[in-house]
Amino acid sequence: MAHIPGVGLAKGLSVTLRHMLSRSVTQQYPEVHPDLPARSRGVIALVEENCTVCMLCARECPDWCIYIDSHKETLPAPEGGRPRARNALDRFAIDFSLCMYCGICIEVCPFDALFWSPEFEYAEHDIRNLLHEKDRLREWVETVPPPPAHDAAADPPKELAAAARPPRPAPAAPRDPAAEEPPPPKERPRSTAGPSAGHAAVRAIKPPGALPKKESSTGRPADDPLSTESRSGSAPDPAPRKSRPQESSEPREPEEEP
Amino acid sequence: MPEVLDVLIRIVAIVAVFLVLPLIVGQTEHKVMAHMQARLGPMYAGGFHGWAQLIADGVKFMQKEDVIPTAADRRVFALAPGVALVPYLLVLVVIPIGPGLIGADLDAGLFYVLAVMGIGVLGSIMAGWSSGNKYSVLGGMRSAAQLMSYELPLVLAASSVAMAAGTLSLPGIVEAWQWWWLPWQAIGGVVFFVAGLAELRRPPFDMPIAESELIMGPMTEYTGMRFALFMLAEYVGIVVLSALTAVLFLGGWHGPLLPGPVWMLIKVFALAFVVIWLRVSYPRLREDQLQKLAWMGLVPLALAQLALTGVVRVLLP
Repeated sequence: MAHIPGVGLAKGLSVTLRHMLSRSVTQQYPEVHPDLPARSRGVIALVEENCTVCMLCARECPDWCIYIDSHKETLPAPEGGRPRARNALDRFAIDFSLCMYCGICIEVCPFDALFWSPEFEYAEHDIRNLLHEKDRLREWVETVPPPPAHDAAADPPKELAAAARPPRPAPAAPRDPAAEEPPPPKERPRSTAGPSAGHAAVRAIKPPGALPKKESSTGRPADDPLSTESRSGSAPDPAPRKSRPQESSEPREPEEEP
Repeated sequence: MPEVLDVLIRIVAIVAVFLVLPLIVGQTEHKVMAHMQARLGPMYAGGFHGWAQLIADGVKFMQKEDVIPTAADRRVFALAPGVALVPYLLVLVVIPIGPGLIGADLDAGLFYVLAVMGIGVLGSIMAGWSSGNKYSVLGGMRSAAQLMSYELPLVLAASSVAMAAGTLSLPGIVEAWQWWWLPWQAIGGVVFFVAGLAELRRPPFDMPIAESELIMGPMTEYTGMRFALFMLAEYVGIVVLSALTAVLFLGGWHGPLLPGPVWMLIKVFALAFVVIWLRVSYPRLREDQLQKLAWMGLVPLALAQLALTGVVRVLLP
């Protein structure tokens, strides 16, 4: 194909003309607020009730911009028990002139007390005014958007998977008289096998036959029937046992640990 | 007494055109350039889509301090903006916008226009020389070089039209214009328009003022009102160039349905849009490319157009 002189020039003109006829991308900021995605790193909000003063955020902060003060409170226990001590938050402040918006404090908070808020209009005239106390951090909680929906192709969230499992049947007979007050049957295995709960839930959606039999390779095959027996009580019907082969293996894990 | 009144009305009309049309072109440039770059351009001044932006700019320019550098040649420095601006006002006097609607009908109107437009460049050279700034001198030198090379194709293309019409009077040229002159004089029209752009030092021919290397060239040391006059000269220059191209090559007030002056205005604004469009689309030409385009592109084309015009004039009675 022969090169026609001026094609490049015409192409340049057509590009600019097309841009002129299409919509411009400017967002008129003070009038129109930008559409920020959830979890935008605007400012850090604090849900004070969730904070247990564990100090993880303050210790993990790379530039030490979180200030926490607290005191110990003793609560009289009901029914004449030992009084319980708990930490009460006195001060929680973030110096946003130091903060580098890494979000480590939010990642590290075990009790969901810190959140990203897309709010960004908190400029001050003086850099010292960027130290924001907990009441200001609290106000920003209102601006935290709901998290985006779970990806359709992803594994189900571990909380949902755990909730969807059929409840463990209550023990028919108490194992020993010391544990007189019946422990909630779902509570115990979950609290002990907490970190592995999600792992177990993911395994729960696989067909039971595809699971590797790790239990037998640990060299304690004798434990297996014993533990299932004790956990699931003395219910002799074989149907529930067959349908929950993973479950029977799950509470066994904490027993292996000691 | 009626003669005096007639002259007065014509002067007022020309000054009004001289002040209003450049502002409209400038505002159009703001908005067109913005949208071509997917922006919005001025949006606040005056309320509706920033229509008063250039008025606000003018007010700002008036408030600024008028700085004259110590090393400057003061009188030449102060005179240069006027020398750059006034020639365009004088050219506007002889441009017809309708049958009989003209400031002054000169017999040698085309000759007068070309001569006076050349003076406009002189203002730029004076500014560059008198500023006492090496960037300004460089810009002034480039202006001079550009004037030297582009005046020739400009004059050749214009003389082709004068040859075709057999007159140097601008209204006379428009009277003689026929629709088939459009293809006949097309090459001359393009050469005239491009050479005129280069005379105005508009992008992509803005090597003399190249802000990224010469910091506005001859205008480096100018502030406030004097700088505003240079900017005004640039936009009046666009109006004058568009009007001249329309008169010489596009048939001035000729056109169906609409009255003559409206057609003239439509053609002027369409050409002004093309001036802006070219500015947005193309990068600046290098100094050697600039000279090469003039001497190896436009001059031969203008000579070819001149030959074509002569042949057709001889063959057709």
